[in-house]
Amino acid sequence: MIRIEPRAATSKTFSIGVPVLSALIALGFAAIPLMAAGANPITAYGEMFKGVFGSVFSITEMLTRATPLIFTGLAAALAFRAKLWNIGGEGQLYLGAMAAVAIGSGVLDISGVLLVPIIILLGAAAGAAGMAAPTYLKIRFGADEVVTTLLLNFIILIFVQMMLEGPLQDPMGLGWPQSAPVLDQGMLPPLMDRMRVHSGLILAVVLAVIAQFMLARSVWGFKLRAVGENAAAARHAGINVKRSLYGVAIISGGLAGLAGVSEVAGLKGYLTADLSPGFGYTGIVVAMLAGLSPIGVVIAALFIASVFVGADGMSRAMGVSSFLADLVVSVSLLCVLVGGFIAKYRIVRSEKAGSAT
Amino acid sequence: MTPKTVLTLTGLSKRFGPVIANDDVSLTLHKGEVLALLGENGAGKTTLMNMLFGHYLPDAGRVEVADAQGILQPLPLGHPQAALAAGIGMVHQHFALAENINALDNITLGSEPLLALRRNRAAARARIEGIIARSGLQAPLDVPVGQLSVGERQRVEILKALYRDARILVLDEPTAVLTPQEADTLFSNIRAMVADGLSVIFISHKLREVLAFSDRIAVLRHGKKVGEMATTEADEAKIARMMVGADTPKVARDQIAAGAPVLSLTNVAVKGRSERESLEDVSLTVNAREIVGIAGISGNGQSGLARVIAGLTTPDAGTVAVDGAAIENPTPARMVEAGVGRIPEDRHHEGIVGAMSVAENMVIERLDDPDIQSLGLLRREAISENAARLATAYDVRGPGVGAPARLLSGGNIQKLILARVFERSPRLILANQPTRGLDMGAAAAVGQRLLEARARGAGIVLISEDLDEILGLADRIFVIRDGQLTQAPTTEREQIGLMMAGVAA
Repeated sequence: MIRIEPRAATSKTFSIGVPVLSALIALGFAAIPLMAAGANPITAYGEMFKGVFGSVFSITEMLTRATPLIFTGLAAALAFRAKLWNIGGEGQLYLGAMAAVAIGSGVLDISGVLLVPIIILLGAAAGAAGMAAPTYLKIRFGADEVVTTLLLNFIILIFVQMMLEGPLQDPMGLGWPQSAPVLDQGMLPPLMDRMRVHSGLILAVVLAVIAQFMLARSVWGFKLRAVGENAAAARHAGINVKRSLYGVAIISGGLAGLAGVSEVAGLKGYLTADLSPGFGYTGIVVAMLAGLSPIGVVIAALFIASVFVGADGMSRAMGVSSFLADLVVSVSLLCVLVGGFIAKYRIVRSEKAGSAT
Repeated sequence: MTPKTVLTLTGLSKRFGPVIANDDVSLTLHKGEVLALLGENGAGKTTLMNMLFGHYLPDAGRVEVADAQGILQPLPLGHPQAALAAGIGMVHQHFALAENINALDNITLGSEPLLALRRNRAAARARIEGIIARSGLQAPLDVPVGQLSVGERQRVEILKALYRDARILVLDEPTAVLTPQEADTLFSNIRAMVADGLSVIFISHKLREVLAFSDRIAVLRHGKKVGEMATTEADEAKIARMMVGADTPKVARDQIAAGAPVLSLTNVAVKGRSERESLEDVSLTVNAREIVGIAGISGNGQSGLARVIAGLTTPDAGTVAVDGAAIENPTPARMVEAGVGRIPEDRHHEGIVGAMSVAENMVIERLDDPDIQSLGLLRREAISENAARLATAYDVRGPGVGAPARLLSGGNIQKLILARVFERSPRLILANQPTRGLDMGAAAAVGQRLLEARARGAGIVLISEDLDEILGLADRIFVIRDGQLTQAPTTEREQIGLMMAGVAA
């Protein structure tokens, strides 16, 4: 008889080894369709590597792609730590982006020293509100936040489309459903000349470091972990569970909102309804790959961004579909989930029970 | 005519780590008989039945069940399917029904061939209706089970067992969730089924119903069978004595004069979600340097009382005062601040955050303390020093204070909680089932700590289902029954046992 029982302790080797091994296994699996497409996997992966690390430009492109993923990954990781299942990163991203263009495209024509922080704060606030509402519904009425946050994504996206054909539409935009551009002084400064990578990346990494520190070292982080791991014990110990949930909801929503700010005010300059190719959802994958660790989120975001950017390069060089990137990312997530199970449980073979008869 | 034996349990024993749940228990069940299995909580009733049903594998002993011809056959242990096939049906305290489908489907679920192309619902319905007609177990078959009352759900559970041709039915505290009227209906149904040839094992700790409805009574205590008799020979006093035992208390205790009141509950009423959590007009004063024992059979309001003192429930009426100061809108944090130390009933679920370290669990109640944090940041050195000191002082053993608390054994988890509680020199200590599930050594250590706290000047509320523990430690004893507290006039074990059972005041 085969039984599954929990392991006594999860070792450090597992928590680092599982994601790394998962990524390698995923690349291994992806070799199968590559060969089916008639490409030599080794050459293909070489091209993929070159597509990311072959030039300064390609590296900056990868970093640009990683920036929103760090924000949405942090948003998911922190909320998930408290067992608050924020699946609404995508919607909160658009709320943040909308706030950024609403305030940054001419309503306030002030110096950038003031305007940039205002855009950042308002964008974060909009995202925070987008998560605070479902959290209220959860605490007050027991509404499942997985459902409410997920469905809000679609509502918010349609609302964005409405706004882009209404109040937020660029009067100079020839009727295209896009917003007016953020003023030049309101844009997040680029990090390098003639490259797209911008200072949103710095903000994202700094916030990840702060989150890591606060989670491990602060009373706030202590309470958050206690609420997530055992809400009944946290409540018994005198921790205000509701306040902790609202707190993490606001921070999580705010981080997702910053992803939208960073895309609009750091990269695109204006808002369209296709601003995000699912950064909010990919952020969940990033958080899971990272084992919900904020520093891990940065690494996982860099990995996923590399796979996507690299797959584009490979696709151009070898003529295979860049959808392979999705395959690699999905398989590595599956491997991490299975690996996480193996890290937590062990499979025991025992002789047939019932010998006591 | 000699009664035909349908089931024998011989020498069943089961240990969980250091805890002996069942020790050499033997039982016999005859055809058409209702056998009542009595005992306090933790006496091993449910463990015994779980071994019979194959959920647990006994360490020693064997089970024989009569087959369709009435010949006793050994039952392969550890296999619920084998128990089902041998005609044993079990109805747990917590029902195992799918709430979104109707009773008919719940009853047939799992007893149909997996690969059948078509379900013969008409035949199933006819058979179930036949069973209902014979047993009198009325339940609507076409309504989702989620809409049924508790009594109806229980009947569906029993029908499910009968549908699978159970010849032996085990009911685990069937009346715990029923109103008295529903319970009466259940008993008349059982009578009808027994007349039809069924044999029933009936787990309970309610003396009155056991005396009224069983044919034979077996009493378990601390995992052992301490008595067995025909119901006609039994009386309440005799059974109560058997259930609570006659051992002498072990812990030595000095007489100390009690001090000023540290806890005053005045006319506290709680309308809880269940009987376990409800209180009716409870007034209780606990003084410094005194241990007040709350005895009672489980589910009579102990949880409600504990939740009020712990700050988890705000009473619907009445006042709570600690050290003379009324606590408005009690919360756990306010009670801790007022000087209440709480030892929770369920130490794994409410006592510790298992994934966090031993050191973190030791400070979880004092996160506002400037020794533990400054400016919102944890003082990690202070926290680990505190943990190392407490682990030594309270003998908390395990893989170290940095390891997750869930790696500790039950006794060491309790020591962790004791360390956390006693270290703050609380004015009042709520100890809810503080030794449940602990081995003798750990239990004695807990009792010793409580006596030390009493000598230091704390008032203690000791809620326990173990009457020995209360008799050994408490200065005054109250009995809780149906959410009401009554002071016990004596420390006479038998008298208290009868009060717990609601037989005499």
